[in-house]
Amino acid sequence: MKPLIATLSLLFATAAAAEDALAPISGYAFMEPSTRELQDDDFLNPAFFLIDRGLTLWDQPAPNTGLSCRSCHQTIEDDMRGVAARYPHYDVGQSRLMNLEMKINSEIVEKLGSTPLAYGSEDLLAFTALIGLQSRQMPMSVDVTDETKDWLVRGQEIFETKRGQLNLSCEDCHQNHWGEKLRGDTISQGQINAFPIFRLTWGEAGSRHRMFTWCMESIRSEPYAPGSDEYLALEFFLAVRGNGLPMEAPGVRR
Amino acid sequence: MLQRRHQFQVLVTALVFAANCAWPNDLSQPLTDSPGDPDRGLATMRDPAKASCLICHSITALPDRDQGRLGPPLDGVGTAYTADQLRQRIVDARQSSPKTIMPPYFSTEGLYRVGAKWSGTTIYQAQEVEDVVAFLLTLTD
Ligand code: HEC
Ligand code: HEC
Repeated sequence: MKPLIATLSLLFATAAAAEDALAPISGYAFMEPSTRELQDDDFLNPAFFLIDRGLTLWDQPAPNTGLSCRSCHQTIEDDMRGVAARYPHYDVGQSRLMNLEMKINSEIVEKLGSTPLAYGSEDLLAFTALIGLQSRQMPMSVDVTDETKDWLVRGQEIFETKRGQLNLSCEDCHQNHWGEKLRGDTISQGQINAFPIFRLTWGEAGSRHRMFTWCMESIRSEPYAPGSDEYLALEFFLAVRGNGLPMEAPGVRR
Repeated sequence: MLQRRHQFQVLVTALVFAANCAWPNDLSQPLTDSPGDPDRGLATMRDPAKASCLICHSITALPDRDQGRLGPPLDGVGTAYTADQLRQRIVDARQSSPKTIMPPYFSTEGLYRVGAKWSGTTIYQAQEVEDVVAFLLTLTD
């Protein structure tokens, strides 16, 4: 019995080591040259309307207080530099894990005295795109702390759980079969460094959580709500898994 | 730690499958009285609304563009396998490969968080399984 167990655990250990060794590769690497060109040129990039919108919002005074983001953050370039690359992270003030969307909304509520933006609204996308742009080419660097390590476990579990009528997990496609052909698409590693993205198949821009919903619906699984704890956990896990990738926001994908 | 828990799950799943070897339905019999129709079978396995087999598999004899490469090519499966084996594979590929990525086309066994729209349904109807089996049997080289 003993040798069998030893052999088994050795086998598993080898498999686990291979899995651990995933070197993150951006979805950019799997794109057609024409799609890359769209992302590479700010004038062609169809997501750039979000940047213009974001700049307007940055200066827009809230109705009740007359305050805008600029009242506290004079220059976006300095104040928001590298910020998006560190999200999601543990917010000491709120004592919880927050992603960029949640942080923006908490600033809107608490500092501007205004109402939060709906998840997936164009204005929230505009804020994440503008702040994301200030981390362009900087490595994604998301920390795991004592407060957030359970979120990571939860996210990994969601990533690895087979679901839906097609009975597939995120892991099945993006960890075990990336680089292979699923009909016309080459499956990427499912990295999140380019979000928000303009997705050509949607004909519009979308958040990380919208992409999760799209993938879950393609395997005929009940999606979670954008902004839910499940998606936050998944986003956190994917961010840590992709640490080191250069930020590409706002990206373009097929 | 994480990895270990995951491996444990995999191991448990494998054991449960081994224990369940006696599957409920007898797949050595056709699922319907009317014999499978290979032409309808081809249309069914191409249908993008029915998790097309070509998402993952390729068949050299077909002109279809962008055939998938996640699973083995299906060339020659009509000689390599019997009708029963093909039926079993389509009904629920987990019976022969517990960790497969191939979706179960005629089973709702053990599925998790199936979308409300699809809940309690299977990808194929019984007759569609028979039709696809009939088509696969024509793939003899
Ligand atoms: C049946 C295969 C499949 C499954 C299962 C799947 N995806 Fe995807 N995913 C795709 C395809 C195809 C694309 C578009 C091409 C690409 O980037 O891979 C994609 C794209 C993505 C992207 C965008 C990558 C980029 O570079 O912008 C993310 C993020 C993602 N998936 C996450 C997930 C998550 C999280 C899950 C689990 C809930 C999941 N996927 C399940 C097939 C799948
Ligand atoms: C999401 C991917 C996927 C889809 C969709 C899929 N398969 Fe498969 N199939 C596989 C994989 C992977 C294998 C081989 C490994 C295994 O058993 O999991 C396989 C194996 C097979 C085999 C055995 C082939 C051999 O050489 O051993 C047959 C036959 C088969 N599939 C038929 C079909 C048919 C018919 C459909 C559609 C009704 C289909 N598959 C849909 C992934 C898929």
